[in-house]
Amino acid sequence: MAHLLTMNGLLQLVAYFLILAIFYIPIGNYMANVFSGKNTVLSPIFKPIEKSIYNLLSINPEKGMNWREYAITLLAFSFAGFVLLYLILLFQGLLPFNPQKFAGLSPHLAFNTAVSFITNTNWQSYGGESTLSYFSQMAGLCTQNFVSAAVGLSVLIALIRGLRGVETSDIGNFWADVTRANLYILLPLSLIVAILLGLSGVIQNFQNYLEITTLEGAKQTIAMGPVASQEAIKMLGTNGGGFFNVNSAHPFENPTPISNFIEVVSILLIPVALCQTYGVMVNDKKQGLAIIAAMVLIFAPLLIFCVTQEQAGNHVLTTLNIDQSVNSLQAGGNMEGKETRFGIVNSALWASATTAASNGSVNAMHDSFTPLGGLVPMVLMMFGEVVFGGVGSGLYGMLHFVIMTVFIAGLMVGRTPEYLGKKIQSYEMKMASLAVLVPSLFVLIGVSIALMTKAGQAGIFNNGAQGFSEVLYAFTSAANNNGSAFAGLGANSPFYNTLLGVCMLAGRYWIIIPTLALAGSLAGKKHIPISAGTLPTHTPLFVGILIGVIILVGVLTYAPSLALGPVVEHLHMIKE
Amino acid sequence: MNNIAKTTLKSFGLMLIFTAILGGIYPTITSLLLEGFAKPQSIGSLIKAKDGSILGSSLIGQNFEEPKYLWGRLSATSTPYDAAASSGSNLGVNNPVLLENAKARIQNLKKYKNDESAKIPVDLVTASGSGLDPEISPSAAYYQIPRIAKARGIDEASVKAIIDKSTKKRTLNLLGESRVNVLKVNLRLDGKID
Amino acid sequence: MNEGIKSNSLFDGADIKEAIMLSLKRLAPQYQLRNPVMFLVFVGSVVTTLIFIAMLLDKNSIAGGGEPIWFVGAVTFWLWFTLIFANFAEAIAEGRGKAQAGSLKAARRDVSAKKINHPDEFENFTMVSANTLRKGDLVLIEAGDFVPSDGQVIQGIASVDESAVTGESAPVIRESGGDRDALTGGTRVLSDWVVMKVTSDPGESFLDKMIGLVESAKRQKTPNEIALSILLAMLSIVFLLVCITLLPFSLFSVEKAGAGSVITITVLVALMVCLIPTTIGGLLSAIGISGMQRLIKANVIATSGRAVEAAGDVNVLLLDKTGTITFGNRQAAAFYPAPNVSDQMLASAARLASIADETPEGRSIVVLAQKLFNLSPIDVKSLNATFIPFSAEQRISGIVINDRHIMKGAGDAIAKVVTIKGGNVPEAITKKIEEIARQGGTPLCVAEEDAILGVVHLKDIVKPDIKARLADLRKMGIKSVMITGDNPLTAAAIASEAGVDDFIAEATPETKLKYIRKMQEGGELVAMVGDGTNDAPALAQSDVAVAMNSGTQAAKEAGNMVDLDSDPTKLIEIVEIGKQLLMTRGALTTFSISNDLAKYFAIIPAAFATTYPALNSLNIMGLTSPQSAILSAVIFNALIIIALVPLALKGVKYRAESASNMLRRNVFIYGLGGIIVPFIGIKIIDILLTSVGLA
Repeated sequence: MAHLLTMNGLLQLVAYFLILAIFYIPIGNYMANVFSGKNTVLSPIFKPIEKSIYNLLSINPEKGMNWREYAITLLAFSFAGFVLLYLILLFQGLLPFNPQKFAGLSPHLAFNTAVSFITNTNWQSYGGESTLSYFSQMAGLCTQNFVSAAVGLSVLIALIRGLRGVETSDIGNFWADVTRANLYILLPLSLIVAILLGLSGVIQNFQNYLEITTLEGAKQTIAMGPVASQEAIKMLGTNGGGFFNVNSAHPFENPTPISNFIEVVSILLIPVALCQTYGVMVNDKKQGLAIIAAMVLIFAPLLIFCVTQEQAGNHVLTTLNIDQSVNSLQAGGNMEGKETRFGIVNSALWASATTAASNGSVNAMHDSFTPLGGLVPMVLMMFGEVVFGGVGSGLYGMLHFVIMTVFIAGLMVGRTPEYLGKKIQSYEMKMASLAVLVPSLFVLIGVSIALMTKAGQAGIFNNGAQGFSEVLYAFTSAANNNGSAFAGLGANSPFYNTLLGVCMLAGRYWIIIPTLALAGSLAGKKHIPISAGTLPTHTPLFVGILIGVIILVGVLTYAPSLALGPVVEHLHMIKE
Repeated sequence: MNNIAKTTLKSFGLMLIFTAILGGIYPTITSLLLEGFAKPQSIGSLIKAKDGSILGSSLIGQNFEEPKYLWGRLSATSTPYDAAASSGSNLGVNNPVLLENAKARIQNLKKYKNDESAKIPVDLVTASGSGLDPEISPSAAYYQIPRIAKARGIDEASVKAIIDKSTKKRTLNLLGESRVNVLKVNLRLDGKID
Repeated sequence: MNEGIKSNSLFDGADIKEAIMLSLKRLAPQYQLRNPVMFLVFVGSVVTTLIFIAMLLDKNSIAGGGEPIWFVGAVTFWLWFTLIFANFAEAIAEGRGKAQAGSLKAARRDVSAKKINHPDEFENFTMVSANTLRKGDLVLIEAGDFVPSDGQVIQGIASVDESAVTGESAPVIRESGGDRDALTGGTRVLSDWVVMKVTSDPGESFLDKMIGLVESAKRQKTPNEIALSILLAMLSIVFLLVCITLLPFSLFSVEKAGAGSVITITVLVALMVCLIPTTIGGLLSAIGISGMQRLIKANVIATSGRAVEAAGDVNVLLLDKTGTITFGNRQAAAFYPAPNVSDQMLASAARLASIADETPEGRSIVVLAQKLFNLSPIDVKSLNATFIPFSAEQRISGIVINDRHIMKGAGDAIAKVVTIKGGNVPEAITKKIEEIARQGGTPLCVAEEDAILGVVHLKDIVKPDIKARLADLRKMGIKSVMITGDNPLTAAAIASEAGVDDFIAEATPETKLKYIRKMQEGGELVAMVGDGTNDAPALAQSDVAVAMNSGTQAAKEAGNMVDLDSDPTKLIEIVEIGKQLLMTRGALTTFSISNDLAKYFAIIPAAFATTYPALNSLNIMGLTSPQSAILSAVIFNALIIIALVPLALKGVKYRAESASNMLRRNVFIYGLGGIIVPFIGIKIIDILLTSVGLA
């Protein structure tokens, strides 16, 4: 074990957690202030803009909405995003900023991509630099990167209001939430990260692709574009849809260990800090700490497992005279699909973080991970993208699990379960069950359809169990709005574009609607005072049970699939 | 019904405003700032010859097959190091193609090296994630010194010196991995840059 | 409490044979449909049965998928038994409940009533049991008779002793017409006669409702049960889908691996039944029924399961001071002699003055005097004394014995008499009287002729065990509130002595109601006990309202439970039963779901062993063959239901402790235990199967 996790590797991971810990309170508090409508340092800049947006559209940001109004507004807004993006992609050829003269996308690819970006999945059926114009990237994808994350934040805030509210139907104003999330949180953070990335070497220009002659005399066309600005929100908004085909493995998206560190921190920055926002907004910071503790305690062991599996290398290659050991001159391990500058540790860290959060960007090719190393990102998605998860969506997904846990644990202490003073009854259970269990239904059904059809099987790239894993990974990623892939799968076909698109929609809105319904139902309830008979939800014991429930639900649902995919693949690998 | 129509209208309105701010103004401001503060990086960290012509990007690898050059990672793009369409191999660990690719690379390496016993560094026989990886590990670079020295008829120490000059250590001694920029080594071997 | 229904035997009262018959009868699909989890098992059983039949007809039937016929038969057999076991658990619980309710009904004090057909023909009565009386019936009640039920006087006039209901010992007059025509069941006519019209069906209806609650067919699911059922149903759907989709997964794997055979329907059904939460699904209704039945055992009748569940959630308990926190009556606590009088002199005089006093206060003085000074009992008749009974006018009672005239009474009354007789009241006595009153006690003066001998301190005696029980409640997070008619000073004194969290002094029906509403607005769930008609509004407002069986009909109707023992401390037991009910559900749910881990380890390697022999390394239990592995899991899954029936019936162990401690213990036992037990169980079954050569 020791030789699989080096001291340097350990220190890099520690540094990662340390930086996130440092930002936990300031960013968390800042977001709480924004959503509580308080003045912040940025108010002088953005207040006037915010006001003029409301005036222009005659929106009254103070007007509360009940959960149905909130949901309908949200759906209408997402629909508008879908239509705009779909049209931009479809008619890309007629639009400006298209130096490579890319034609419009096929309808099914445009559908898949539009769905992918409004749902914050950012699954890449397209290959950025070979398919999309700068206009599509900026006005289309970049905008949705912001907006879809802001929608996630809004739903979370609405749910928090539901938990705080007492016998009210008001869960906030969607217009105000989504506008504030964009202007006060995502925009300034993105600008900072974009500048840092630019300084570390990420490109940002509107030039034509560069034609050069290589040293050996070959022609090389180098793709260009406004990457830094898009990269920043891609990471911060847990989007993950790359500017380039290979995403953050591309040296222009992620040129150095520094840029890599900034980006991988950005993946978890907001999902982590939201736990503090949550604690502040429900007036009990310990609740936020309990949730972040549960997340870290699931994440850290899996991360370390992934690192060690990748460092152990590809057993098959040991038949050749190849040095996979780690030493001061090389990272060693399973380097297929990995970049030299990132080595094993940073690739495994990224793979774990990007799937823990529903980011979905990659800096190494997951399909080429060792079977058990690749099982880690898969499992993290199978937990329902609640271990950090997407911006907003991770935490509200986690709260569904909390409610489920409170219910089971509450029964065990002989009381109708309650969470933060709100009774958890059959309606809440219905919504939580829907939110927790529905994505897995789409995964299982989707995989079955793909395996049983010619069109589905046609996309499979790798042989044997790994081929099964590719399909499993794709549907897990889509239905949980992650967006990463075992990218061998040839998914740019009408079959996959459509089916995965449906899964993405279901995975997003089939959770958002129950979440808002839950918010509405909770808001309408009385607040029960806390007594000694109340099950405390911030103790290590509760955190332990919460972790148990998340793992048990995930494992029990996917155990057969995991056995037939990565586990068999692993057993075959070590048998070679 | 009227209400829903109104909401939809507002939705499109807000979406257009966001498109303008987030998809238009934000990238533009970023571009202006970076052009001011980090012009070379913003256009791709290009390496220029002494005469000003562009030799390539220090971030984008080039394909090297001649024995006199340092070779980089295997590239899985349709033609190796196609910087207009990046791609990884996506081969699974048990995929026979992976083994074949490694074997082919080993064969190429062995052609110029008689020392059968030395183990080959893994990054020399595996494809990078992007297909454009500009770097290899020092271990993989050192492995190739004898061949390069022999092909160029220079001593191994000077090749090693160039490699070391083109090597970056871990940032802050902590982040990432130490690595050798293949293009820079080869440009230095050819004397095109300092 | 009726000893006849108190029993330690688990299956006592239930007819096992009948339960078995019932379990078989309830295999009918329309009955199984009521429980989605067990319905899935039912469907699975039908499917494997059909496969088995197909294989009987043609050994190589495609339906079998190549499984040996004995295996399909064995799986089918155990699947049906899974259902039968679940039915059996329910039937046993039901049988026990019904038996207890039945014996309860029989054991109730059977008041007989003189039923008449016409108000004027009351000579012509028939003796009937009060239980048979229905609304509108006419009964004749004569001196000495108990009033058989609530009713209205339509003829006659009588003095009625209502002390059993109101605590007032003075008889009241009830007559037809006007507002004094209401008669309360359980009271007694002292003189004359009346004809009463029964205004409500007797308390019997509570029993009827209760019996309904233990009959699963009539049972309504409680809110919490519904919430749990939703969770279980959703889990079942997921597991169902996991199994269904395994078929395409297997087809694909076989094709790609080019080896092995596709997973058979029989194995898929077996896997599904093992995964869906059959343990809790099968025991859920038994748990609910036995919760009710535990209530009956405590001699409490509930009108709805909802109320029992709510009892577990209660966080404020309103307790009547009298009878619950203190003994019903004031008792002598100390003697304070006047200057120049010895303790013993006072005690002995006080005893003499009280010797004929049959009130509890009087008796307590005798007892205390005898205890403190070791006096031997006196035979009243041998004393040859004249007793002066208490008169409302003088407020003094006493005794004249051998020319000694000893009196006792309220301070001012005695002072008056003593002063008339030429005596005076010592300063020390006056002070003592004030002091006792200040402490919430009742000062009782004792005098002989013109001399005051001293003061007896009568006070409310807090029940010895109440403090500990209230502390237990506090640990469970339940606040206790004492209700009393006393003034705030007195109330505060008793409250602090008993350790209640709060009190309502000088309580009136209005203040009680207001207090409950205030608590409920703050989100508290309030439980209270009541008996009088004036408690009815507060009872109706409370979330859990326990009416005393001795109470008025109005109170009983306002409440959602009736305590047949009329024991106000019963409320605490009811809360515990409510909690235990939820805990049992939670524990078995956790256990049921945790079990799945081991079942996967048994079934997955077995199911895919032919396609991917490598997966056999997951067979960590070392099960003999794929068939024995799957069969062992199915058998374990069925047997665990039967094994847990006692737990479902008895409920998980309840202790008064904080939520965290309780959770820790239950998670450890049922969560961790739920993971480990099946590994052991399945392995043992596998060994047994192997040893009989079945695998």
